[in-house]
Amino acid sequence: MNYRFNFRDIWAQTDFILEGILVTLALTVVTMLSGLVIGTLGAAARVHGPRWLSTMVAAYVEVIRNTPLIVQLFLVFFGLPSAGIRLDAMTASMIALGINLGAYSTEIIRAGLEAIPRTQVEAGRCLGLSGVQVFRHVVLFPAIKVIYPALSSQFVLIMLATSVVSQISAPDLFHVASIIQSRTFRDFEIYAVVSGIYLALALAMKLGFAAIHHLAFGRR
Amino acid sequence: MIREFAAIDVYYLLLAARWTLALTALAFVGGGLFGIVVALMRVSPFMPLRALGAAYVNVVQGIPLLGWLFVFFFGLPILASVQVSSWVAATVAFSFYAGAFLGEIWRGCLQAIPRQQWEAGAALGLGFGEQLRHVIVPQAVRVAIPPTVGFLVQLIKNTSLGAVIGFVELTREGQLTNAATYRPFTVYIAVAAIYFAMCFPLTQLSRRLERRLRVAR
Amino acid sequence: MSLVELKGVVKRFGTNTVLDDVSMNVERGEIIAVIGRSGSGKSTMLRCINGLEPVQGGTVVVDGETVSAPGADLRALRQRVGIVFQSYNLFPHLSVEKNITLAPRVVKGIDPGTARELALGVLRRVGLAEKIDAYPDQLSGGQQQRVAIARSLAMQPKLMLFDEITSALDPELTGEVLKVLEQVAAEGMTMILVTHEMGFARRVATRVVFMHQGRIWEEGGAREVLEKPRTPELATFLDAVLH
Repeated sequence: MNYRFNFRDIWAQTDFILEGILVTLALTVVTMLSGLVIGTLGAAARVHGPRWLSTMVAAYVEVIRNTPLIVQLFLVFFGLPSAGIRLDAMTASMIALGINLGAYSTEIIRAGLEAIPRTQVEAGRCLGLSGVQVFRHVVLFPAIKVIYPALSSQFVLIMLATSVVSQISAPDLFHVASIIQSRTFRDFEIYAVVSGIYLALALAMKLGFAAIHHLAFGRR
Repeated sequence: MIREFAAIDVYYLLLAARWTLALTALAFVGGGLFGIVVALMRVSPFMPLRALGAAYVNVVQGIPLLGWLFVFFFGLPILASVQVSSWVAATVAFSFYAGAFLGEIWRGCLQAIPRQQWEAGAALGLGFGEQLRHVIVPQAVRVAIPPTVGFLVQLIKNTSLGAVIGFVELTREGQLTNAATYRPFTVYIAVAAIYFAMCFPLTQLSRRLERRLRVAR
Repeated sequence: MSLVELKGVVKRFGTNTVLDDVSMNVERGEIIAVIGRSGSGKSTMLRCINGLEPVQGGTVVVDGETVSAPGADLRALRQRVGIVFQSYNLFPHLSVEKNITLAPRVVKGIDPGTARELALGVLRRVGLAEKIDAYPDQLSGGQQQRVAIARSLAMQPKLMLFDEITSALDPELTGEVLKVLEQVAAEGMTMILVTHEMGFARRVATRVVFMHQGRIWEEGGAREVLEKPRTPELATFLDAVLH
């Protein structure tokens, strides 16, 4: 092995890398929020919705979970324009990522709602609570407690998965890496550094979620 | 030259899907080997081994697959001082990646077997390896099959990223077809449908196996 | 008018008839013990009284409200009818105080200060005032069941239903729950209890109802029903539970 590693050229690109990190984080936050909204609505439709709606949501979940994210992204970015819908790379990325995470969170949230025993709902009703009051006071908190671990690891996974948006040139951290690669020809070094940054982001997210879990559910 | 998207293109896509399956198979074999080692490390009685296994899993799962693909694609030549084909780079990267996930799944299955089973083995005078081989693994395998089949679906979908290092599989073939026909919507719908046709039966199988397992208990 | 009036009530689950033409009146202040084998329809009858199960025939009228009518105001009814289950069904994420005051706060809208006083009051009646800030999983089964009774009492119901509330408890914990029940009875509450505790039924109940195959098979004063069964079915049942 007589390769000489050189990280100096990459160090010179720090500002550019920081911009990429910011874009990746912004994409992650937007995706988490939209995924949560879609997932909540989807789960509600699956559990309480009319038959046709429940079936449609189930189909959405299956289609998304059984096809690759990158193909979904290509469909939104390259495919939609032929239907007259032209989106810039960032918008297309947010839409594809939100739809993708929405399917996974629908399943996670549905499982959480179904984990609450029917007897709990019944006990609430027997005290004269309305359906909404039962949901708000009896079901919601325990369901979140069940959902939280799976959902937070899904959030970390989607942060890592945002890297595919580089393939449609959305200016995220991974795309920044490919630009730096073409400027410096330091192929291995730049991808090693960027991988390290993703690892740090993933660990930070895990720690953050663990801290929130401790604060929210850590009585005693 | 732009030409029409035709039945022949679907045929080519289907041919390319073979490479998706081939890469999945290679990654599953390679990842399975890594996975067995990691799972055993993580249940071993020696702390340093357990920590090493955990570190591997955390590092692999904390970095995007794209990152690993490029790191191996550009890193392997440095390590081996020769150019490697995208086949080699993709197989190594996917094996390395799948190993962490399979290792975690299988560790969970090993640990799902009650402690008393180990103790019962020990009480009969079996060593750690013998307890594993004769008592724990035979029981854990049954539990492991449904999530392992489920992971195969992840793996099939993930091979789509092999396209970025020039590995020609289904997604890459889709990009090439699109470049030739410029019918992106049709092409990617066809690509998605082929992935769905490969993944959905496995998803269903995994679910059915899991349900059967739950009933059997 | 009676507090509870069941007239020709029929309840089916699919093709399985669980209640077959059940009629019964309960007056204010009565304490009814419902006995019978499992599957005889005892619990289902209780669940029909507060509208948890819709009925396929007959009428159920509670405190002037026709429970069995479509569009009956079940929420309003349930504020007047308390029910305690075999499996306690406390809310695991809420403290004892919050479990008790949830419905008074969100349904009746009482303020937090009054709510705590209310919780303390009902907890004293079940002898658990010191557990007001505990969580359900810190309590024994008997204590959880007493909190469930207190939670029901806090709504100041006119009628209380008890569905085999000691069946899930170890024998040494059953006594403390029965003592609380006896005291609630002594305060004049109208109660319908599905129970396997024959000694308790004999001591406390003003009337005993024996259910068999979805029908009221025999009923009457506690002593006469439990000591002089008129039907072979009741005799066999009593023989089985008493020996």
